Amino acid sequence: MADLKEQIGKLCPQAQFDTEGEFLLITIDDAQWHPLAVSLKRELHFDQLMALVGMDWGEALGVMCYLTNTESGDIVHVKVSTANRETPRLHSVSDVWAVANYQEREVYDFFGIVFVNHPDMRRFFLRNDWVGHPLRKDYDASPEKNPLRLDDETNEDYTCSWVEDDKGNVTKKHGLVFDFDEYVINFGPQHPSTHGVMRYRVSLDGEIVKKVDVVSGYIHRGIEKMCESLTWPQTLLYTERMDYMAAHINRHCLCLCIEKAMGLEVPRRAELIRLMMDELMRLSSHLLSYGCLTMDQGTTTAFFYGFRDRELIYDIFDRTCGARMSMSYSTIGGVVADVHPDFVNDVRHACDVIEKNMKEYHQLFTGNVIARNRMVGVGTLSREQAVDYCITGPSGRASGVHCDVRKTHPYSRYEEFDFDEVTRTGGDSMARYMVRMDEMLQSIKILRQACDKLEQEGIQGEYCAKVPKMIKLPAGHWYQQVEASRGAFGVYIESDGDAKPFQKPYRMHFQTPCFNLIGVVDLTCRDNMIADLITITASIDFVIPDIDR
Amino acid sequence: MEVKKPKIKSMKYEDFKDNEYIEDLLAQLNASGVNVVVGKADQLLNWSRSNSLWPFCFGTSCCAIEFMCLGAARYDMARFGAEVARNSPRQADYIMCQGTITYRMAPVLKRLYEQMAEPKYVIACGACTVSGGPFKNSYCVVKGVDEIIPVDVYLPGCPPRPEAMFYALMQLQRKIKVSRFLGGANRKEKLTYDPEPCLE
Amino acid sequence: MFDLSSVTGWIHGWLSGIMPSWLATTTECVLVALFLLIAYSVLAMIYIMYERWVCGWIQCRRGPIRVGPGGSLQIFADVFKILTKEIITLWSTDKFLFFLAPFLVVLASVLTFACLPWGKGFQVIDFNIGVFFIIAVSSIGVLGILLAGWSSNSKYTLIGAMRSGAQMISYELSVGISILTVVCLAGTMSITGLVEAQADGWFLFKGHLPAVVAFIIYIIAANAENNRGPFDLPEAEHELTAGYHTEYSGIHYGLFYLAEYLNLFVVSGIASLLFLGGWMPLHIPGWEGFNAVMDYIPSTLWFLGKAFFMTFIFMWIRWSFPRVRIDQMLALEWRYLMPIGLVNLVVMAVVVTQGWYF
Repeated sequence: MADLKEQIGKLCPQAQFDTEGEFLLITIDDAQWHPLAVSLKRELHFDQLMALVGMDWGEALGVMCYLTNTESGDIVHVKVSTANRETPRLHSVSDVWAVANYQEREVYDFFGIVFVNHPDMRRFFLRNDWVGHPLRKDYDASPEKNPLRLDDETNEDYTCSWVEDDKGNVTKKHGLVFDFDEYVINFGPQHPSTHGVMRYRVSLDGEIVKKVDVVSGYIHRGIEKMCESLTWPQTLLYTERMDYMAAHINRHCLCLCIEKAMGLEVPRRAELIRLMMDELMRLSSHLLSYGCLTMDQGTTTAFFYGFRDRELIYDIFDRTCGARMSMSYSTIGGVVADVHPDFVNDVRHACDVIEKNMKEYHQLFTGNVIARNRMVGVGTLSREQAVDYCITGPSGRASGVHCDVRKTHPYSRYEEFDFDEVTRTGGDSMARYMVRMDEMLQSIKILRQACDKLEQEGIQGEYCAKVPKMIKLPAGHWYQQVEASRGAFGVYIESDGDAKPFQKPYRMHFQTPCFNLIGVVDLTCRDNMIADLITITASIDFVIPDIDR
Repeated sequence: MEVKKPKIKSMKYEDFKDNEYIEDLLAQLNASGVNVVVGKADQLLNWSRSNSLWPFCFGTSCCAIEFMCLGAARYDMARFGAEVARNSPRQADYIMCQGTITYRMAPVLKRLYEQMAEPKYVIACGACTVSGGPFKNSYCVVKGVDEIIPVDVYLPGCPPRPEAMFYALMQLQRKIKVSRFLGGANRKEKLTYDPEPCLE
Repeated sequence: MFDLSSVTGWIHGWLSGIMPSWLATTTECVLVALFLLIAYSVLAMIYIMYERWVCGWIQCRRGPIRVGPGGSLQIFADVFKILTKEIITLWSTDKFLFFLAPFLVVLASVLTFACLPWGKGFQVIDFNIGVFFIIAVSSIGVLGILLAGWSSNSKYTLIGAMRSGAQMISYELSVGISILTVVCLAGTMSITGLVEAQADGWFLFKGHLPAVVAFIIYIIAANAENNRGPFDLPEAEHELTAGYHTEYSGIHYGLFYLAEYLNLFVVSGIASLLFLGGWMPLHIPGWEGFNAVMDYIPSTLWFLGKAFFMTFIFMWIRWSFPRVRIDQMLALEWRYLMPIGLVNLVVMAVVVTQGWYF
C-alpha cells in the first residue's frame, strides 16, 4: 500500500492519501481528477473501474471510485467531491473507463450530479418527468411531488450533455438518439425474451440492428434509499430480491461486509455451509440461464430439461431454509439455522443427477448445427472491451479475463478448495454459454469436496457466532466483493457511527454485475440481426431487477 | 334456473378458503334467475372459459421464476390446459401479474390490460402486487396493482410457491364458474369510457 | 381391398334417381362441402390435442389431463372460449384486409385439404393435374399472412409478414422440385395415378437414392412452408412476440391457429401421398400372405396412420431444434436445398430413363 501511495504521489502531487481503511483512499479535487484517472490507467494499469458510488455527505456531493488492476489485483479508491449543492458538477471519466458511462448516468439520476463531457446525461432509472433526485439526503419524498402517473411516458429523442471547451466554459448541448428517418422499434418493456422488464429501442435496417438504446428502470424499486431507513440486519432482505437467481450469494456478500465492519469472526462451519449454498445457487442459476438461452433460441424442450433438474436444488433449499426462493438463510454471524440432517446426501444426489444430465444437455443443444451457427462468432467481446466495460463473471471469463473473485480475492474458505477458473478466449455467445456449462461442473466439484468437509466437521454443529442484539458499526466505509452467478457482486456500506439504539446505514450501494452487462448490449448487437440481439442478450444473461435495484 | 356451487376436480368445496365470497356471488346470481336455456348455455360458456385459461406472460421479477417452474415439468400448468402462454395480450385470457410494479411500469401495465380481449382476468401474484410488499416504503413502487387495474384473485407470498399459484388458478376457475355472461346480470353499470379512441 | 367408390357411386345413383341431375350434383357438392368442413374442424381439434400431448411427452410432462377423461375435453373448452372471446378492431388498421386475412389463410388450407386422397375411391375430385393444383392453391396462404402483417399496422407484424413472405416463397421452390421428382418417377400428376403407381412398393423404397433425397428435402421445405419447427420465424415468439398475428384476437386468431394445424395435416398427407403410398397398404413383392393381410386394413386408416406418423416426425423436429436465423434460412434454401433438388431431379430423370428403379 505504501508503495502504491508513493507512485501515485509522484503522478499527482495534489492528491491526499489515507491508509487507514482496507484499501488506499485517494482524495482529490475535481480539477485534477480526470488527468489523474488517465495516468492511473496508463501508468499504473488500473484498467478496471469496479464501482462508482454516488455519495451525499451532507455538505458535499461526490463519488467514490473503486479501481482495480486486473493483473496484480491491487485495489485503490478515489474520493471526488464538490461542495456546490445547487449545480453540482464533476468531470466525467467515461472516456477513460467505458463502464463509467452508465454508472455516471445512475449517479446523475440519484444525486443530480452532472458529469461534464459525458456524452449522454439522461435519466436512467426514473421517469424522465421525475422531480428531484431521490438519494440526496434533502430529497422531498412527499407523494404530491411525484404522484403515480398513468399517462404514458414520452420517448426521449434527444441526448443531453454538458461540454467543456478549452477555456473551461461549460455549455449544454443536445444530440439526437436516433436520426429522424430511422426505423425504430421497441423491444420491451414487456417482451418475452428480455428476461424481465428491460426496454431496448432498436434502430433497424431491414433485419439488421443499427443501434440499441437501452431504457432501464422499469423495475427500479429504490432499494438503496429504503436501506437507509432500516437497521443493518433488516437490510439483508433486499439483497435477495435484486438478483433472485443469486439470492444467497448476494446476501452472503452483505453479511461478509457487515461482519468485516464489525470485526466479527464467523464459525468455520458456517462459512462452509454458506459456501455450499452459494454453489448450489450458482448451479441453479446456470441451469436457468441454460433454459432461458435455449428457449430464446426456440428449443423449448431444453428449457424443460433445465428446469427439471433445478427442482432438485429447490428441494434442498426447501428442506434446509424453508423456502424455494428468497430463502433468507445467511445472517450476520453465520446462518439462521443448522442444515437438514439429509443435507449432505441430498447435495450428493443432486450433483450426481446433474452431472449425468449434463451430457443430455450437450446432446440436445450444444452439438446442434443450428445452435452452433447462431452462436459461434455472434456478439464477440474482446478482452480489452470486457475489462473496459468491467464485464465480470462468466461473460467476462468467456473473453479471457481472469476475474473470478473466488480466485483473485478468496473469501469464505474458497482458498481451501480445488477447482479451476473456467476461461475461454472466443468472447462470443458460444463461449459465454460454454463457460456456464463448464462452471456447473466446477460447482459440482466444489460441492463434492464441501460435502466431505462438512461430514468431517459434523453434519450438525455450530452454525452462528455470538452476535450482539443491537448491531452498531463504527464510522467508516467498507467494500466487499463476492462472485455471484453473473459476475462480481459488490456491496459498499458507509456508517456514520451514530450511537442511537437502532443504527441505520448512512449509505448502502450495491454494485451489481448485471448493471455493467447492459453496457455492452449496444456494442455487441450492432450490425447483427434481430435474432442475434436475442441470442446475445440471452448469452450475456442478465436479471433485470439486478440492474435496476 | 338455479346456479350450483362450482366444482373443481380433485379438490373439495370445503377445502377452499373464501367460500363466503363465492356464496355471495351465487346468491346474487340466483336472486336474478334466468330460464333454463340461457342458464345452460351460460354454464357451457363458463365451463369452457374456466378450463381454457391462457396466461399472458407478464413477469417483472422473482415471481416470474416461480411461474416458469409452474409451467415446467414437475408442476406442469398444462394439466389445467393453461400452458398456451401467449405473448400478445390480445390472445390471452388472464394476466398473472408477477413482481413489483413501479411507477415507470404502471402505465405500461395499464395499457397491456386494456389491450386484452374480454373476458379478461387478473391474478395479483406475490406480495408486491398485492400491497407493495417489502417495497411498500419506496418512492416509486405502486402499493398494489389494484390501484391500476381490477384484480380477481390476490395471491400473497414472496414469492408464492407453485402450489399456491395453482390454488389461485383454481380460485379463478371457481370465480368464473359463478359468473353470468348471457343473462348480463353481473354488469349493472354501463361502460363509462368512450369507445371511440382519440387520434392523438 | 374394399373400394369406397362403390359407396359414393351408390349415393350418386340414388340421388340421381330421385331428383334431376343438376339438383343431384348440387346436393352432392353441398354434402361434400359439409363433410370437408366437418372433417377439417374435427381434424384440426385432434391435431391440436395431438401436438399438446406429444409436446408434453417430449418435455417430460403430462400435458392436458384434467378437463374431461384424460384431458379429452380440453380442446372443446378452448374452442368455445375462443368463439366467445372479444374481437378487437383496431382504430388504425385497414379493416377490410384485416378481416380478410385469416379467411384467406383458412381458404388455402381447405383447398389443399380437399385434394387429399382419403381412401380408395374416396376423394373429392381427381384431376389429371392434381399435384399441380395442390401447389397452386397452397400459395394463397402466404397472401393471407402478408395481408395480416401489413394491415395490422404494427411494426412487429410487418417484420413477421415480410419474413414469412421471403420464407414461404423461397421454400415453395424446394417443395415444388421435390414433388416434381416424384412426378417424374410416377409419370403422372393425377393423385389417384400417383397412389396406384405405388401398389407394388412405396416411392420412398422404390425410387432409389433420388427418392430418399427428395423425401428429406420435402420434409425440410414443408416444415418451412408451414412456418413450423426450426423455421417458425414469422411467429418467432421470442423475437416478435407473436409475429404476424400479434394484433388478432378471438376467433380471428383462432382461424390462424386452426389453419396452422391443418396445414400440418396437409403437408403430412402430401408426404404420405408422394412417398409413403397414400392410402396404399404396405406391399412387399413376393409375400402374398402378408400383402393380403395388409389389404384387410381399411385404406382410410392407412392414409390417416401415415399422415399421423409424418406429423409425429414434424413435431419431433419442432420440439427439439433451435430456430434458424433469417439469413441462414434463406442461405439453406438458395445455396443448398434448391441446387441439390435440381441435381436430384436430373438424377431421377436418368434413373427413370434407364429403368434403375425397383
